[in-house]
This record gives sequence, structure tokens and C-alpha cells, in this order.
Amino acid sequence: MSRLARTRGGARRSTPTFHPGLRRFTVAAGVVLAASIARADVPQRIDFVEHVQPILAEHCTHCHGRDAATRQGGLRLDVRDAALAGGESGLAAIAVGRPAESELVRRIHARDPDEIMPPPHENKPLTSDERAILEAWIAGGAEYAGHWAFEPPRKATPPAVPGVEHPIDAFVGARLAERGMVPAPQADDATLCRRLWLDIVGLPPSPADIEAFRRDGYERTVESLLASPRYGEKWARHWLDLARYSDSNGYEKDLPRDMWAWRDWVIAACNRDLPYDQFVIEQIAGDLLPNATQDQVVATGFLRNSMLNEEGAIIAEEFRMVEMFDRIDCVGKAVLGLSTQCAQCHSHKFDPLTQDEYFGMFAFLNDTYEARSYVYTPEQQRALAAIGAEIAAAEEEIRRLRPHWQAEMEAWAAAAVAPLPAWTPIRMEEMHSSGLLTHPTQRADGSILSIGHRDATHFFDGRPDLGGVTGLQLEALTDGDLFMNGPGRDDRWTVARLQVQVKKPEATAWEDVKLVNATADFSEPEQMVPRPGFDPKKAAAAKDGPSPTVSVGPVANMIDADEHSAWRADRGHLVRHQPSVAVVQFEKPLDLPAGTQLRIVLKAQGGPGDMLGCCRLSLTKDPSPAAPPIDHAAILAARTPGAERTDADRTALFAAWRRSVPDLAALNARIAAAWAKAPHAPTTVMHAASRSAARHRPTHLLDRGVWNQPKHEVQPHVPAGLHPLVASDDPPRLAFAKWLVDPRSPLAARVAVNRIWLTLFGQGLVETPDDFGTRAPVPEHRALLDWLAVDFFERGWSQKEAIRQIVTSATYRQSSLATPEAVARDPDNRLLARGPRFRPDAEVVRDVVLAVSGLLTEKVGGPSVYPPVPKNVLDFNYVQIAWPEATGPDRYRRSLYTFRRRSMPDPALGTFDAPNGDISCARRVRSNTPLAALTGLNEPIFVEAARGLALRALAEGGTDDASRVERAFVLCTARPPTATEKDVLLAFLVSQRRRLADGWLDPREIATGDADRLPALPAGTTPQDAAAWTLLARVLLNLDETVTKN
Amino acid sequence: MNDSRRASADLRAALARRAFLGRSSQGVGAVALASLAGDRAAAAPLPGVLAPPPLPQRAKRVIWLSMAGGPSHLETFDHKPKLAEMHGQPMPESLTKGQQLAQLQGQKLVCFGPQHPFVPMGPAGTHLCELFPHIGSVLGEICLVRSMTTEAINHDPAHMFMNTGSQIAGRPSMGSWVTYGLGSEAADLPGFVVLTSLGKGGQNQPIAARQWSSGFLPSRYQGVQLRGRGDPVLYLGNPAGITRERQGRDISVINALNAQHDALTGDPEIATRIAQYEMAFAMQASVPELMDMSGESAATLELYGCRPGDGSFASNCLLARRLAERGVRFIQLYHKDWDHHGGVKDGVRLKAEEIDRACMALITDLKKLGMLDSTLVVWAGEFGRTPMSQGGSGRDHHNKAMTVWLAGGGVRGGLVHGASDELGYAAVENVCTVHDLHATMLHLLGIRHDAFSVKFQGLDAKLTGVEGARVIGEILA
Repeated sequence: MSRLARTRGGARRSTPTFHPGLRRFTVAAGVVLAASIARADVPQRIDFVEHVQPILAEHCTHCHGRDAATRQGGLRLDVRDAALAGGESGLAAIAVGRPAESELVRRIHARDPDEIMPPPHENKPLTSDERAILEAWIAGGAEYAGHWAFEPPRKATPPAVPGVEHPIDAFVGARLAERGMVPAPQADDATLCRRLWLDIVGLPPSPADIEAFRRDGYERTVESLLASPRYGEKWARHWLDLARYSDSNGYEKDLPRDMWAWRDWVIAACNRDLPYDQFVIEQIAGDLLPNATQDQVVATGFLRNSMLNEEGAIIAEEFRMVEMFDRIDCVGKAVLGLSTQCAQCHSHKFDPLTQDEYFGMFAFLNDTYEARSYVYTPEQQRALAAIGAEIAAAEEEIRRLRPHWQAEMEAWAAAAVAPLPAWTPIRMEEMHSSGLLTHPTQRADGSILSIGHRDATHFFDGRPDLGGVTGLQLEALTDGDLFMNGPGRDDRWTVARLQVQVKKPEATAWEDVKLVNATADFSEPEQMVPRPGFDPKKAAAAKDGPSPTVSVGPVANMIDADEHSAWRADRGHLVRHQPSVAVVQFEKPLDLPAGTQLRIVLKAQGGPGDMLGCCRLSLTKDPSPAAPPIDHAAILAARTPGAERTDADRTALFAAWRRSVPDLAALNARIAAAWAKAPHAPTTVMHAASRSAARHRPTHLLDRGVWNQPKHEVQPHVPAGLHPLVASDDPPRLAFAKWLVDPRSPLAARVAVNRIWLTLFGQGLVETPDDFGTRAPVPEHRALLDWLAVDFFERGWSQKEAIRQIVTSATYRQSSLATPEAVARDPDNRLLARGPRFRPDAEVVRDVVLAVSGLLTEKVGGPSVYPPVPKNVLDFNYVQIAWPEATGPDRYRRSLYTFRRRSMPDPALGTFDAPNGDISCARRVRSNTPLAALTGLNEPIFVEAARGLALRALAEGGTDDASRVERAFVLCTARPPTATEKDVLLAFLVSQRRRLADGWLDPREIATGDADRLPALPAGTTPQDAAAWTLLARVLLNLDETVTKN
Repeated sequence: MNDSRRASADLRAALARRAFLGRSSQGVGAVALASLAGDRAAAAPLPGVLAPPPLPQRAKRVIWLSMAGGPSHLETFDHKPKLAEMHGQPMPESLTKGQQLAQLQGQKLVCFGPQHPFVPMGPAGTHLCELFPHIGSVLGEICLVRSMTTEAINHDPAHMFMNTGSQIAGRPSMGSWVTYGLGSEAADLPGFVVLTSLGKGGQNQPIAARQWSSGFLPSRYQGVQLRGRGDPVLYLGNPAGITRERQGRDISVINALNAQHDALTGDPEIATRIAQYEMAFAMQASVPELMDMSGESAATLELYGCRPGDGSFASNCLLARRLAERGVRFIQLYHKDWDHHGGVKDGVRLKAEEIDRACMALITDLKKLGMLDSTLVVWAGEFGRTPMSQGGSGRDHHNKAMTVWLAGGGVRGGLVHGASDELGYAAVENVCTVHDLHATMLHLLGIRHDAFSVKFQGLDAKLTGVEGARVIGEILA
């Protein structure tokens, strides 16, 4: 909408402005402008927040506001003292009580283009009403007030309205009375029942449900719906929009990701009515809560729903920054109700958010790993706990048997590291992959991390001291940014080839260095696995084609002639995620001049997923370097001073020590056997994890928000204009999470209840659910919003309570019918003098169709299911992914469970405005397009639903067409058809039967989609019945009423 | 935002009329579809918010040829003899220092000469790569801008920037902006249509639907992709056993019942839905008619060098002309496979075979039909390519210089505007930005870019962004 199309407060009547284009718009969109509710042009009592602040925000503070960098003439108008003092001119912009002496007033009336404010080039002239408001305000004392949404909400006593008990109705009724309007009467039973069902569980009521509603009454229906597991499926979807949920990574390749465990967490959280403050805290920092459960770690997947770029040649850090910006954007829109994007590049022009404060919030979230881990079922979690207990018992037994274990272990550790050669990590000058597509990064400790694009061959070039070096050490290391901490890019890793090359300063070509005597801390025994990329057809055609299998195992495989045989140090499920080390000797020590380049080539065996994600390459001058057969994790731990050892270090050290003690063989075997029982998780999830102290990532303010333009370091801090952060011992991210939903937050509860209101009424009390800042339209029902917000946290942040509170009001129960005069007076229903009527969200539309047809499968959670998608849409994808179109019951799961690929918006749901998860979406658009009509008529699931509804009407609707029409109509709309409607439908049915009988239409084709197949007919019905009814059902499913919430 | 409540008075009037017809009827027959009666114009075209536009309108529609993957300006339209001389020598560090590159990040930078000769073409003897003689033959209609720059250097964000003026997803695409502003003149086709074609070289990076998203504008302004294979529009085909006549009757009954309900309810959404079901039905005829090129003469097919419906860029150019004739406001063609990290020499040759003749044909055909004056044709990639070699045979992504060209609708033909430095590394003369290109396009369409805004997150969001943009006045006719 253009700026003129918005009504902002009451006073800004729409006077056409001089700009020709916009003026025409105001004429064309006259209906919109009538939305400003009729009232006096200049209000009698000037309220700063309602009347003045919107004018200042729209016309003045862009140049005379809080951003010092762009402030003109040294003048600020957003702060009273500054406005009274004036700017560089020394003239008082505002002379309290004396508009005639106020420079502001003089300038807004000036005729000279150089004098008039706002300047003509801004295209934001003031209307005469606006000028009058400013003058009246100055005359009345020019009182300022803070922006309403940044002041804590207060629970005002609801106005006394005769005969009204519900607080919501009191607030709404009083406002309507002021306007001389009256609320609409209550909607009829059927409408109310369907409204409740669609709003609370997102499904239509069956005729039996409508009967139950009439029998049990309104309140009991509300209770049973709130208690239904379907409730979580409906309300989770609203949060998924905000949380930009998707089943794929986005960007170019848009590969699938496993995030449904997080989606299921949201459903469960809604169903158990997890208090909203806890709901937010767990999603921002659940992993940091004391004794965090798997669920609480999964919850942090919220932060990870950002798009993830795996395009070739990207610099991973650049796009991690983009993800970070997206996280702040998402938290801003979803929890704070503030648009933060502007402050990424410069201080916010209107709201209290400086660029420093933006990066202050950024810093709370920035010190995290981009982690991904297994997610276990509850039974598996219990099994894992039992395994953990068994191992702990065995370890306890070991400590009991060897009371001096600590001293023994330290002595053993000292002896283990003493003979090891000194290794010098190679400082790399260039690091890349085969296609220059991966840009690994090297850290201060010499370790090299490869994230972003994946490749199966890496090159590392350096210019180390090559005077007398004898061997190379390859360490496979763990890192929190890798799956299960690595060391692989994916679950396993292999090294098929380790190649060392040198190039002397004057040389033009690389020379191979011959490698001998490979040793490793651990290698699997030799075994054959399928050869990567093996094509049996090609192999059969070739004379000496490659064998179908290759070997993995011994470390020597990585330096032998066969490029495919590989070193693999897979210690088994779960325990494979630990460091390893290999050492190779040079056949002859290298003694090369300074400046000689050294290149190390690493090749994985099975493809990019097999590549090491984190490694370190080092050189030694030791005469015969070798890797000891001790887990490298223990060696690394042994080298770490005792005080700095982590729990993981101590565990690794203990495990390696106990295995070195022959007497403990039986107990060691018991522990190994316990590990071997570890269950295989059904899925994984991307989540947040705090970085170790050694890998602390500082945050810098980024110049103009550009990722590689850091300026000064910024410590985590919250915007000064909002409530303070309470000092605590919590880790910063957890402290931030708690701050977001602190009861003193002026925003958290308001934003949350406004969103519930938006869901139920089709629009929020605040029109912009993601922006409560100074530029947001001042809500018509501010006192009601505040009352609801305070009530919300007084009732323990219970979303179900808030919904109950709203749907039990008479305001919610109003009929949506309105006289044309009422519609003309308040087309957007901002005053709430009638009930809501709108086309619900895409998922609800599709679920309604599935439910009334009897096809719907009610099963909560699990992997996303693949809906039918036209082949030409699937073929259009850049990277084809498996698309096993769901058949059987899974085909008719609720739309919440359809697989969402970001680059391929679901063709059916997308047409009804389901967002594709690129960015946080607080408010869906609600379109009404020909494409939606085509979807309703022709999309396979809709067509299958028509067939389903036909058979259901035949089976359940009695034996004559009239009663069947009645049944089908009630299924779709919850009400019986009128006599005229019934006549139209019966006449239609008769004409269809005639055409079928005359052979104009093929009944089987219509009823099943296949001319050779018969539908499963209810007893006593014919294929012609099924066909005629399929055509009728198609009409019913496409009725406005069927796809509308009323 | 509630779509139909924001609809223009025009649309509302049309809907009210139709709803009235519905209300006054007693049964099915009385609301026979206008479309069935052969009155195709009965479906109302999409309205715009700026009707008529505030400035003189030089172009009424846009055909935007997106060369996806990032065409090398150095093997197409930017003549760099000095780069040829420097072939194999290190790139002067003064140019490249501190610049972020994609795949060449951290690599040694070596000059890589143009891989094909440039020859004088057109009335002014402008040097173009010899692979583009057909474009050369209509150079009198074309304005080359050799000083275009962009912000992004990875494909997806760069397309996003070229389409929406922002690298971050969520903003409306330019086609949506234009259609939102001006509406459509097509009664039975969407106002913003997207066509895509693949190249033979196989570097066919994806173009995601978010590139033609309407962002925060109402979704009826989003681009509609017409597909070369299968249903050109999603779910355009009827289910098994449903004939066109059957479909028409079903829609008649749906609309009759909806009209009856509308009479009781008065929700304007119902009237909109009735109109949209009519539009859907109209499109079921108009889109196949559009895609059916059997009526095109042999001479026309010869001019474009395509077989109808072969899915080629040339065929899409012909479709673009047909869409333009039918009043579609914004027609965007993506032709992929320009991502020549390696083998730029052979790669660009393939691309030239695919697009050179077709571009010429489109301009020639539009001119012959008297439509070139009112149609703005833009040819642009999402970024240029480095003058430095990548892997000895290719070029990396590059955002400091690229060449785009414009033709028709108010553009000065035969002009070369701006220049890059002598190695083609950075635009140095009359440097233009993507925002400037957008501003110029809007200007030609009669729209003031700095006044054409929509409230989004409390700001007046514009296609041309916040940093300021300039209409490239020098290239206007």
C-alpha cells in the first residue's frame, strides 16, 4: 500500500496530495481511504501518541530524529528538550504554548521551496489538518510521551458498559458507543461451531460435531477443541511461518534438510501449552538450560531455520553472517515485534535501536556453532540412558578396583606423549578444492575447517621450512560446526589419497614426494565396500574394467597406488565422532631451499560427504615419526594441562588409559559391548550449540552491515530504549532469551496476543504484527491490547488461556453479516462491529477439503510427506532430489506435513499464499487469484477429494439424492442448503445423470481418473452415481463458503 | 493486507455488476459465463494503483531478457584490446586489491584476453564480439550500457538484487512492482509472465520462484511462470473425463451458488472469487491459444530460427512477442547457462548461437508490428565476469563491470553509454547501478521511481532502494 492508503490514527484524513501519481491512487482506491473512520478532522483533544507522533514519524524524524549521522541542521524533533532548544539556527523549533513563535510552525507554512518543511523533494507534504494538529499541540503545551509500545502495558479497568461482562466486549463496546455504532448480533450455531473448529483445530466440524456443539454448548466445545491434539497442528503452523520453517536449505542447490524434529517439538509445545516465555527461551537457548533435555536442544533449531548457502565458491563466513542477520530479523519480527533490518547498516531512523545495539543483540547469538546432531525417539533416549548407566557402572567398578587410578592415568598419559615427535603445523597460503569451490579456513592452532560447499578433493599449499623434514602428520579433528562434531563433513569420513608435492622457487611444475610407512592411531581391518560411482554396465563393457568393490581400512591405503582404496578409522556408530591421527614418512628426508612450495592433496573416497571437515597438517624432523596406537583424543587431552581439560578430554583420557590396563579387559569389553548397543536415530536436527572458550567468536560492528568490514568489537548488550537486562550468571545467550520474554518487556506479551488476535480475526489489533515501532499505525483498540497482554502473562503466558479468553467474548461470536453502510463505514472492520469472515490459511483450505472428503489421515508428527507435484515443476529444479510421492494414508496427511522445498513452493499451498520459508513471515497475504481457482478445480488432491466426497455422500447420505445433497452440503459448510441451493444442485445432478446415461461422459474416468477402473462403490450405487456425484462434489468443494471461515 | 479490499474502484465496479447479475438470477442458466458466450473481455484486467501513470509513458510494457549465470562482457559487448595485449600477464594489483572474488578468492590473478575477435558493427561501427552479427545488425535500435555494476557476486543473491533491488529475499520483483503500479491490459492472461529456457552447455543454474515473487505486494502481482512442457500454467488442464464444456458448466454452477450467497453476505471477496473463476476459465482457453504457434508464418519462424514450442530461447522470444500483443505488462525471459568458469570460448559460442538471432528477431518483429516504440527490451545478466583467468579457460563472477543493453520504448538506439577501464575490470565512465537501471525503466514506463513506494516495516520501500538512484537520462531518446 502506498503511504496514503494507510490510516494512521484518526486524524490523518486522506486529503489528496500534490503528487500526481499518488493522487490518482487515492482516487482509484477511494474505498481504501474511506477506511479512515469518520471523525472530526482535527481532534478536540490532541493526544501525542495518537495524533502527533505519527506525523513526526512520517514527515520529520527521518532527518530530525535519533540517527545523528543523517540529522539535518542539528535539529531533533523526537525529543522535547531538543525540539525546544532548536537546531544550529538557534531558533526554538517549538515555543511552548506559542505556535506563532515556533520555527517549526513557520517552516511548515513557508511558501519558499527552500524554507518549507518537509522539503518538496521528500514528496511528503503535510496536509492542512496535519499542520493544524501540530499547531494545536504546540498551543496546548507540546507535551511529549514515549512511544506507547515501548511503555509497559497497563491493565486498565474495562469500561462499564451496561449488560456487558466480558472485558473484551466492554472495551470494544465502549469504543463502538463512542462512534455511535452497535455490535452485530451473535452468529448462528452452525457458523459459530465451524468458526471455532477452523480457528482452534483448523478442521471443519462433521455433522456429528455440530450436533455435539448444540448438545454440549459453546464453552465445552471450546474446551474439547483446545484439548485436541489437532490444536497443536493448527497453531504450530503459525509459528512455523514466523520461524521460516522449511525442509530444504534454500539458495541455489536447495538440498533437503532434516528439521521435522523441530517442527514436531513446536506441535508438542503447543499441545502441552508450554508457557510462551518458556517456549521462546527454549528456542533461543534451550541447550543452555540446566540439565538440558534432547527436546530443549531440538528447540534451538528455531535459530537454524535460516537459509543455508552451499553454492560453489561461496565464502562460508559471508553466508553465516547472512544467517545471523536473518536470525536477528526473525527474533525481531516474531518476539520483539520490531523491524531490525535497517539497524544492520545504520542506526534505526525511528525506533530506539542504534547500529551498536543491533550488533549488541547479534553478539548474544553469534558465539554459537552451527551444529547438527542425531535426534532419538523417547524409547531410544531411554535405551541410551540405560547404556550410559551401564558404562558409568563399569567405570565406577574400574575406579573401585584401582583406587589410584588418577595417578596411574596421569603417569600413563605422561609416558604416552613423552616419546612423540615434535610437530609443527603448516601455515597454509592457499586452500581450496578441486573446482575452487570450497574455501577452507585455517585457525591460529593450525587446524583447517571446511564448511560451505562440499568437495571430495582438497588442496592445501604452504611454504614451510623444508630443511630436513622427515614426515607429515594428518590429524582428523572435531569441530562443533560439523555433524555430530565431525571430523567428517557427514557421518563418516575416509582418506583415499594423501599426496605430497613440492615446487622449488624457480620450478614450473610440481614434483611428487614419495610417502612410506603410514601409521595411524586407529584403522579398521581391510574390508571391501562398493566402489564409489561404480556402473556395472560400463564395467561389463570394458575389458579390464574396475572391480565393483574397493578396500577400506588400513592407513597404508591412502598412500598406495589405488586412488580408491582408503584409510578408514570408523570406530563404530556414535564413537566414530572423535579425532584420529595418521603419520607418513617421506622416503627420503626433504631438504629444500627456502621458498619451496609444499602442496598436500586430500581425496575422500565416497564423495564430498566423505571429506574431512576439520584437519591439521604438520611436519617433523624426527628421524622415524609414527602415530602411536592410542586414541588421538587421549593424546590431545594428555597434552592439555589438567586445569584446562574439558569433560570430553577427561573421558577420552580415562577411556584410553583403562584400555591400556590388561587387568581391565573384561570391564573394557563390557563398556565396548554397551556402546555397540547404541540405537540408530531416525533423524537429525540442526541446532545451536555454544562455542568452546578456546573458539570464542567475538562480535564486531560491521561497517554498513557488510560482512567483511568489521569495526570495533561489540559486547552483548540490549537496546537502551527497552527494558534492562538483569545481571545473572546465565550464559549470554540464555540471558538474552530470558530478557526477550521478561515480564517487564513492553513488547513480548503485546506481540504474542496481537498475533493470536490476528489469527482469529484475520487482522491484528496492531495492523503490523512484526512492527510495533513508532511507524506502526496506532491501534484502534490500544487499551484492549494492553489488557490482553497483561492478562496473558498474569495467566502464566498460556496461549490456550488467551485463545479461550478471546473466543468466549461476544465480540468474537458476532455475525459477519453487515449492512452495506456498515461495510462502507469500516471496510477493514478495525472497530470490530461485526464478526470475522475470510479465506483461511492455505493449510486450512486443503485440510478442509481432505476432511470433508473423508480422506484425511490423522497422525501427528514424523518426516514430511511428499505431495503430488506436476512433473514439469519437479523437472524445473536445479538439483533434483528424490521425490517419493506419498501414496496410501500418508498422501492425505494434514498439509502441515507436506514437504516444503524453498525453491519450489508447494504448487497447491503456494497458490493459497503459504510462505516458502525464505524469511520470517508474521502476516500472510490473502490473495484470491485465478490460479487458486484452477487449483481448486484441477489439482490432483482436490480432484481426489471430490471423488472421496462423492463416495462419502453416497455412503452416508441416505438413499435419495435430496438427502445426500443435504449431507454433502453440511459436510462442506456446516449448514443445510437453502431451498434454492438445493434446487440448483439437484437440477445439476439430474443433468449430469442424463449426460452420463447418454454416453457423453465416461463415468469411470470421472469417478476414478482411470477409464479402466471402477471406484469402490457403496452398496446399491452405480458407477454413474459415483461420476455424477464426483461432479457435484467438485462444485461443493469450490464454493466460497467451503474455503472461507465465517 | 486484504487483497480485494484494496482493489481499485474499477475492479469493484466490474465485480458489483457481475454480482448484481448473479443476485438477480434465479437459477443456473442466468449466470452463463461471459466466456462461454464468447466475450473474452468480460474478465477484468488486473488494475494498477497508478492508472494513468504520473509521467509521460514512453514504454507500455517490458520484455526483460535475463541472461542467467553471468555473461562475460568481454566475450560479448565490451571491446578490450588492451586485455588481449596483456593476456597471460599478472593483473595489476592496483585494480584488484581488497576485492572479494568468488572462486578466485586467494588465487593468483592473471589477465585473460578476450577469446573471440571483436569487429565493427552497426551504423556507428561499434565493436562487438564477432559471434553476435545479428544483434550487430539491429544496433541502430540498441543502447549498450558498458558501465553497469552490481552488488552481489553469487548467483542467487545477484538475481535477487537484479530483480528486487535487494540481495535479501522478501522484496517484490520488478515485474510485480510494474504490474502493481500499472496493472495489466490483458483480460485473460496474468500481467507478469516468466519464461525460462536452458542452454546447451549444461551450466543451467536454478532460477527459484522467489525471483518473481511479489514480496510484500499482493500476490496477484506475482509473476506467473509459463512452462514449456506439461501444463504451461499450473493445473490448467482439466481432470480426466472433464471436457471444456463440462468445466464451463461446473464453474457456472459454482458461480451461481456463490452469487446467491453473495446476495446474503455482501463480502466483496465472493465477487472477487466469482471473477477469478471466470478468469481461470478464460485462461484455460487463452493460454493454450497463446502457446499454439501454428498460426505464425513460416517467415516469422525463420526470422526467429525456432520450431514452435521447442522450449528454446528463440521460441520464448516469439512467445514474448505474443504476450506483448495480448497486453501482458512485464515479460521476463530467463536463458541459463552463462556461468563460464571454464571454457568461456566455446561456452559463449554456444550461447551466441542460442540468443543472437533470437534477440535480433524480437526487435525486428516488434518494430515491424509497430510495437517496438512502446516496448522496452532489456538484456542483462546478474553480473559480469572477471578479466582474470580462471583455470586457464574461464572467468569468475564479477560485479564491478558488466554490459547490459536496452532497446525500444523511449531508449536512444545506436548509443554506447559508459565504459569500463581498459582491462574491463571496473566501470569508470558514467558508472551505473542496478538501481539506476530500475529507475530508468520505471521512468520510461511513466513512473517516478522516488515516489513509487509501499509501506514495509515502517519504511517507504522502493524498487530503487534507499541509497538513491538516478534515471540514466543520457540514454533516453
